[in-house]
Amino acid sequence: MDEASVARRGLSPRLWLAGGWLLLALLAAIFAPLIAPQDPLAQDLMLERLPPFWLDGAEPGYWLGTDSLGRDLLSRLIFGGRIAFIVAFAAATSACLLGSALGLIAGYFGGWADRIISRIVDVWMAFPPVLFAILLVAVLGTGLSSVILAIAIIDWTRFCRVIRAEAMSQARMDYVESARIAGYGRIGIMLREVLPNVLPSVVALLSLEMGIAVIVEAILSFVNLSISTDDPTWGSIIAEGRLSIHQAWWVLVFPLITLILTVLSFSQFGEALKARFDPVLR
Amino acid sequence: MSACLEIRGLSAVLPNGQRVLRSVSLAVQPGEVRALVGESGAGKTMIGKAVLGVLPKSVRIVEGEMLIEGEDLGRLDAKARRTLIGARTALIPQDPLTALNPSRRIGPQMTDRLVRILGWSTERADKRIRQLLDEVQIRDPERVLKSYPHELSGGMRQRVLIAAAFAAEPRLIVADEPTTALDVTVQKQILRLIAQLQRDHGTAILFVTHDLGVVAKISQKVSVLYAGKVVEEAETEALFAAPQHPYTRALMAATPRYTDPYASLKPVDESVLAGLAVEIAAADQAWRPGHG
Repeated sequence: MDEASVARRGLSPRLWLAGGWLLLALLAAIFAPLIAPQDPLAQDLMLERLPPFWLDGAEPGYWLGTDSLGRDLLSRLIFGGRIAFIVAFAAATSACLLGSALGLIAGYFGGWADRIISRIVDVWMAFPPVLFAILLVAVLGTGLSSVILAIAIIDWTRFCRVIRAEAMSQARMDYVESARIAGYGRIGIMLREVLPNVLPSVVALLSLEMGIAVIVEAILSFVNLSISTDDPTWGSIIAEGRLSIHQAWWVLVFPLITLILTVLSFSQFGEALKARFDPVLR
Repeated sequence: MSACLEIRGLSAVLPNGQRVLRSVSLAVQPGEVRALVGESGAGKTMIGKAVLGVLPKSVRIVEGEMLIEGEDLGRLDAKARRTLIGARTALIPQDPLTALNPSRRIGPQMTDRLVRILGWSTERADKRIRQLLDEVQIRDPERVLKSYPHELSGGMRQRVLIAAAFAAEPRLIVADEPTTALDVTVQKQILRLIAQLQRDHGTAILFVTHDLGVVAKISQKVSVLYAGKVVEEAETEALFAAPQHPYTRALMAATPRYTDPYASLKPVDESVLAGLAVEIAAADQAWRPGHG
């Protein structure tokens, strides 16, 4: 193996930086009760709006400062990560399974199946996604499962459209025709010949969708439509930080940075994974 | 003994009613190479696809019969037809770049069909594949079997595809312009390999090509196709010695010759095309009344 391919296979900095951040954030979320320095819900009005550690007036143990109710910002971010990751994995996976399956069927079988699925996708995409999400959560009621369901219901079309197009172009390839001649069944060909070739795109989209799910959850929290207001989420912390931006900028800035880094990492990680999965690019 | 492949009066139309195959009849005897020659759009690939049951959805067969070793494909249900085609035929495709699944290694890709469709044991399939790779003169089968398609050159991929086509001992192979996508130097080797394997295995081949040079080298019989109609059919030697149809003569005249590289290329003469148009129109006239 030459040097360039070593770099591409193993040591892509994009993969490591993005993966590293995601791993760090994920571990922090999983072990939140063990590593969070403070109770994320504990209020202490004596400690309100403490600045982060490098500024005058910071208290030890409150690394990123506190909000207007004296709650520790770092601990709230760590606990907020739990919601973010649960939503990211559950919602993105559901959207992925639904959208990819329908996209594969539409793209490979074509004809009526394609016409029906494509029309549904067209109608679906006509709704503004954020408004659709707010509407859905309003109907389904707030709560974690509603948020996950809402994101899956809205975003499966992303998978469907891309996978349909990929499956269509693969279905036209001669190797699919050869499989037909050899006597493979249609469903077998779809799963054994076409699916592996669209998988790199599925993986890239899945990771991208996790980032999008994090954003949508944050938006829903921001407008107070996610889960109960007690549990910290990145969106709700941002919403609170917005109110005290002039007195305590850190309450807004740190969750924003966390959110941006996470979303960026998801999309970069997906792209890097795609490059590794794809036998032709590899 | 029945013909390996027999096509009788096959006609096919597009949704707009245009005929793409006009009462095509031809037979390929066991162990024989039948060339199907014509310019692009003449319907030669269409005939191959019809035999293998992979016509595009838009093309509809309206008339005619296809028999593989005496079994009428039209009388079989879809499943039996697939089984028959899968067991007795194979395809050597035109473009080796898209004819192999890019995400699967060559080895599993080649043995899979033998094991899964024909029910061979893994060892038997593996042994068979190695034997065939040897026959197509692949020197390092280990490496090739472990490779992904994109790691092989076009010529190598075509060798793999030829090996795969012969692996299941089909009675009939449809070779759809198997050398067109390759370099001229590689073309010659591939052609020689197909001829060699054909002789060794005694497989009948329906060889689709636009290249009369290839026809002369590989086939015993030729059907010349124009606009989906067989305009001339003959033994290859007889055809080259004395082409009967003006279109065949024009095609031969249009073939560039290495002996005279500075001669300008000759297109098929206008008068020949006009004659063909009349012939096609007459054939359509004769066909339509009976079939509404």
